Amino acid sequence: MKISPEVVSKIAGLARLRLTEEEAPLYQSQLGAVLDHMADLAGLGAAAVEPGAGAPGLSSVLREDEPEAFQGREELLANAPEREGPYFKVRKVL
Amino acid sequence: MSPERTASGIAAEVRAGRVTALEVLEERLRRIDELDPLLKTFLKVHEEDARGQARAVDIRRSRGERLGRLAGVPVALKDNINVRGWETTCGSKILAGFRAPFDASVVERLRAEDAVLVGKTNLDEFAMGSSTENSAFFRTANPWDRGRVPGGSSGGSAAAVAADLVPAALGSDTGGSVRQPAGFCGAVGLKPTYGLVSRRGLVAFASSLDQIGPLTATVEDAALMLSAIGGHDPKDATSSPRPVADYGAALAGGVRGLKIGLPAEYFAEGMDRETEVLVREAVGCLERQGASVVEVSLPHTRYAISSYYILAPSEASSNLARYDGLRYGAPAAAGATLAESCAATRGAGFGPEVKRRIMLGTFALSEGYHEAYYGAAQKARGLIRRDFEDAFSKVDVLATPTSPGPAFRFDEKSEPMAMYLSDIFTITANLAGIPAVSVPAGLTAAGLPVGLQLLADSFREDLLLRAAAALERERPFARCRP
Repeated sequence: MKISPEVVSKIAGLARLRLTEEEAPLYQSQLGAVLDHMADLAGLGAAAVEPGAGAPGLSSVLREDEPEAFQGREELLANAPEREGPYFKVRKVL
Repeated sequence: MSPERTASGIAAEVRAGRVTALEVLEERLRRIDELDPLLKTFLKVHEEDARGQARAVDIRRSRGERLGRLAGVPVALKDNINVRGWETTCGSKILAGFRAPFDASVVERLRAEDAVLVGKTNLDEFAMGSSTENSAFFRTANPWDRGRVPGGSSGGSAAAVAADLVPAALGSDTGGSVRQPAGFCGAVGLKPTYGLVSRRGLVAFASSLDQIGPLTATVEDAALMLSAIGGHDPKDATSSPRPVADYGAALAGGVRGLKIGLPAEYFAEGMDRETEVLVREAVGCLERQGASVVEVSLPHTRYAISSYYILAPSEASSNLARYDGLRYGAPAAAGATLAESCAATRGAGFGPEVKRRIMLGTFALSEGYHEAYYGAAQKARGLIRRDFEDAFSKVDVLATPTSPGPAFRFDEKSEPMAMYLSDIFTITANLAGIPAVSVPAGLTAAGLPVGLQLLADSFREDLLLRAAAALERERPFARCRP
C-alpha cells in the first residue's frame, strides 16, 4: 500500500510525534511495506465474523468504589520534571 | 541439577538452614560480576538492596518464623515491572530518572514468598522487539554464542537464567517475549493464560495481550514461580477470580494417555530443518512415554502476523500516549505550545521501533482505515481463537517449534517485517489468550538451543507443565556454562 507524505505527517500529528527529515520518508516506506503484508486481512473487513476482543471468559467487573490512600504520593510527585508543591507544573495550555 | 542451582533447591536449603540467603546471594553476585560484563543481561543490579532483603530472610529464619516458598531465591525482573524506589526504564530514554512509587502485584507476591529481588534486566524498548537490540542502552548477548541475539523482548531475563546468573526471572509476553528468548537461550519460559497473573505494575504495551511469565532453568521451577505469582488481584480488572492450582503437584503425572496435536501450519515449508528435526524428536520422546500424537489443523494461522501487528501497535499507540514528559521521565523539550513540546519530547525520547509501532497503530485506528485494519484484525483474532477451541476439543496439548529457527546474529534482521515474522509461532497464544510454554528441545549441530512450544486450553497450565516435566526427565536440558 502506498502511503503519501501527507498521511505520514497527519498520523505523526495525531500521535504527537515530531519526526526528523530523515525519519518521515523512512517510516513512509516501512509502513507501506508492513501494510502490504496486511493485505491478507482485506477480505475480513466486511466478513460476518464475530470479533475476538479481549480474553476469553472475562467480563467487565465492578466493585464498590472505596477510596484508599496511595502510600507513594511523595515518591510519585518527586518524579515530576517541574512541580510546585503538590502540583505538576506545565506550560500554559490556553 | 544440584540444589543450589535451582529455585526449588535454594528455597529448600534456606528453609532447612543448610545455607543462608545471604550466602546464596553473594555467590550469585560474584557470578554476575564475572560474567555480566560479557553478556550485559542486567540494566541495573541492586546489590545493597538485595543484601538487605537476604539478611531480612535470614533474620526471620533465625527467629524460627516460617519462610515462604521462594525463601532466599535470587530473582531478576524485566525492567518493565515496577519495584518501589527502583528506576523503571523500559529500555527507553523517555523514562530517564523515573523511580516507581509502588511495587507491581507480582513483586508484592515475590516478597511475600521471601524471594530476593536482585535487579532489572535488559529488554527491547517498551517490550517491542524480538532480539533485545531495540534497548536504548545496550545489546544483550546470547550466552551460547555471544555473536547472536538472546531473543526478545525479555532477552535480559532469558540470558541471565541461561547463564545461571540467577535461578529465576520474570519477563512479559505480549507476542512471545518470554517464550522466544527462552527458546533462543535454552531456558524454560511460560506465558500463562491471560488473567492468571496480575498485570498491575507491569508497564502496559498491549493490554489485551500482555502477560507476565517466569523464566527458569527447570520445569519444576516454572511451576513454583507460577504458583507464587498467579492468582486473583482485585486491582487488575482483567484478573481471573479462579483459584490457582498447585502446579508442582501436576509434574509427576506423566503423559500416558495425553493427546498431543501437531498443527500442520506450524511445520510449513521453508522452516529451519534442524529445528524441525529436534522438535519432532522431542514429541517422539513424549510419544514413547505413552502420549498419542495426531496431526491437526489451525487454518486461520495465516492471519496471525497481520492481526497481531495491527492490534498490538493499536493498543500501544493508546497506552504510550501517557509519555508526555510532564509527570515523569525526560524533561519536556522546548516548543511554542504544550502540544509541540510534547511532540518534541516524544520524538526525541522514543526509539525507532517504538515510533514505528505508534505510527502503525495510530494509522490503523484513524478515520477511514479503522474498519479495514483494526476491525478486520479483531475478526481474524476471533477466527484464530475458534481454531484453538476446535483443536482442544480433539487434543489436550499442541506441540510446535517456538520459533522458525535458532537465535540469529546481531543486525541479521534489519527490516521490520523480517523481525516481525520471527514471532510467527508465538503470537497466536496471545491472540487466543491461552497458555504456552517453551522448553529446550535440544541443540543444533552448531550448539544453539531450539525450543519446543507446548500450548493448552485456557487455565490448563497443569497439562503444559506435566508434558514439559516428562520431556525433561527423559532428555535433561543442556546447560550453558559461559
